[in-house]
Amino acid sequence: MTAQRVLSIEDKLYRDRFKVDEEPHLWIKDPKMCVKCPFNFVCIRVCPTDVYKWEEDKITITYDACVECGACQIACYDIGWKHPKGGFGISYKYG
Amino acid sequence: MAEKFDSVVVGAGPAGIAAAYTMAKAGLNVLVVEKGEKPGAKNVFGGIIFKHHTEQIAPEFWKTAPIERRVVEYQYWFLSKESHVLVSHRNQRFNDQYNAFTVHRAKFDPWFAKLAEDAGATIINRTTADDVIKENGKIVGVKTERGEISADVVIAADGVNSMLARQAGLREELDPDAVVLTVKEVVALPKQRIEERFNLGPDEGVAALLVGWGPGMHAGFLYTNRDTLSIGIGVSMRDLDKSGQRPNALLEQFKSHPSIAPLIRDAELKEYSAHLIPEGGYDHVARVYMDGMLVVGDAAMLVNAINWEGTNLALTSGIIAGETAIEAKRKGDFSSRTLAKYRQRLEQSFVLRDLRKYRNVPSFFSTHPHFFTLYPELANELAYMWHVVDDETKDERIKRMKSTLFKRRSKLGLVSDAFHLWRLFS
Repeated sequence: MTAQRVLSIEDKLYRDRFKVDEEPHLWIKDPKMCVKCPFNFVCIRVCPTDVYKWEEDKITITYDACVECGACQIACYDIGWKHPKGGFGISYKYG
Repeated sequence: MAEKFDSVVVGAGPAGIAAAYTMAKAGLNVLVVEKGEKPGAKNVFGGIIFKHHTEQIAPEFWKTAPIERRVVEYQYWFLSKESHVLVSHRNQRFNDQYNAFTVHRAKFDPWFAKLAEDAGATIINRTTADDVIKENGKIVGVKTERGEISADVVIAADGVNSMLARQAGLREELDPDAVVLTVKEVVALPKQRIEERFNLGPDEGVAALLVGWGPGMHAGFLYTNRDTLSIGIGVSMRDLDKSGQRPNALLEQFKSHPSIAPLIRDAELKEYSAHLIPEGGYDHVARVYMDGMLVVGDAAMLVNAINWEGTNLALTSGIIAGETAIEAKRKGDFSSRTLAKYRQRLEQSFVLRDLRKYRNVPSFFSTHPHFFTLYPELANELAYMWHVVDDETKDERIKRMKSTLFKRRSKLGLVSDAFHLWRLFS
């Protein structure tokens, strides 16, 4: 495997270690707002791990791929964000 | 957890551990709460730690700490689409008197946290403290999923996304202009390959900063570790939003640059990470104290984006916070009257003096992005013209170079840029 081959986000996240909590630590505060998103879906655009997707008529959140950077909650105030419960979420081997 | 502590420190990064170590060594009863499965599990940086400030806690730490390489060369790359101009400083003195070391935080931070433990602090991992306990406007502890913890002083060392500073009302929501999103990869290469590629001896390392070729205030970094490289890009949240590009796409674009790709050829991806850096500078520094609480490190937005310093500001703020807490304990007064000393001492130290000096720099560059786009491009264009050999006389060549330069930036513009730079840094 060489670095020249462009890896997908899924391929990249496969290298990371997660312990997934059953309870999401990300949520949309008011889903109605997303339908007429005033920020041109900034959550989808800034997330480095493709957590947010627009599916049919709403934003879906794959919270188990979240590396807890916090970019989305800065970009959009409609995103609810907290740290995963202790020990859950991303666990870096290098960092 | 009915016991009351002199201090509860939230976050076992460099700032939190420096505070915990300082207080525990003076005999205070200290609890450190870390949300990761171990210290460092959630921590990401470029990056390098600095000898001078790390030694304040751990003299000669490089003899026992899990460090990767000592930095002997600093490189500054100015990129254009398919070229670069490289300015570099290598010095034998960095081999004789160390200056900085590359580390992996998930390996270094547990080692560093152990020092606080050995000094008498208690560290509990896998525990998220996401709120403060307030009584009559005074912070008296923190709330965790394991229950409430009482302490005379809470030290918020919970990083750039600090919940505690926000819950305590010490910090506003982050301004997209003041925060940089970094995406980073750790890629593996055999030790010898790294040393050949970067012209290094055993244990020697390079720290490289790369600017140009990207949306606005966009920068890349590359650090050599023992048998891995840390490579990534940082872009302000505002510029990222405006660019319409995805963070991972920007990173891939950077990695595929013809000057960068050979450096990481055949390297195997080990880890992909992302993190925010609070680069807003002095005017974005949080309120760092209140009755019963101090804020340190990234949580207080203490990062010097100009010199690429962070861990040293974190360590120093942690030490000063710890010392302030010791004094508060001695006086039996944990009100803001005593804790205000922390801010005063930060103002007197290099931490806030440096940030104050650079106060106008972040906003200047965000309103003058051509320093990061036009100038690297011009440097490459002029360098190229200078080196092409053909029948053109040097007289014509130099005339053509001047006209290229002035076409892109007027004489007045150049003088004004030079003047602004001078003013900004003097």
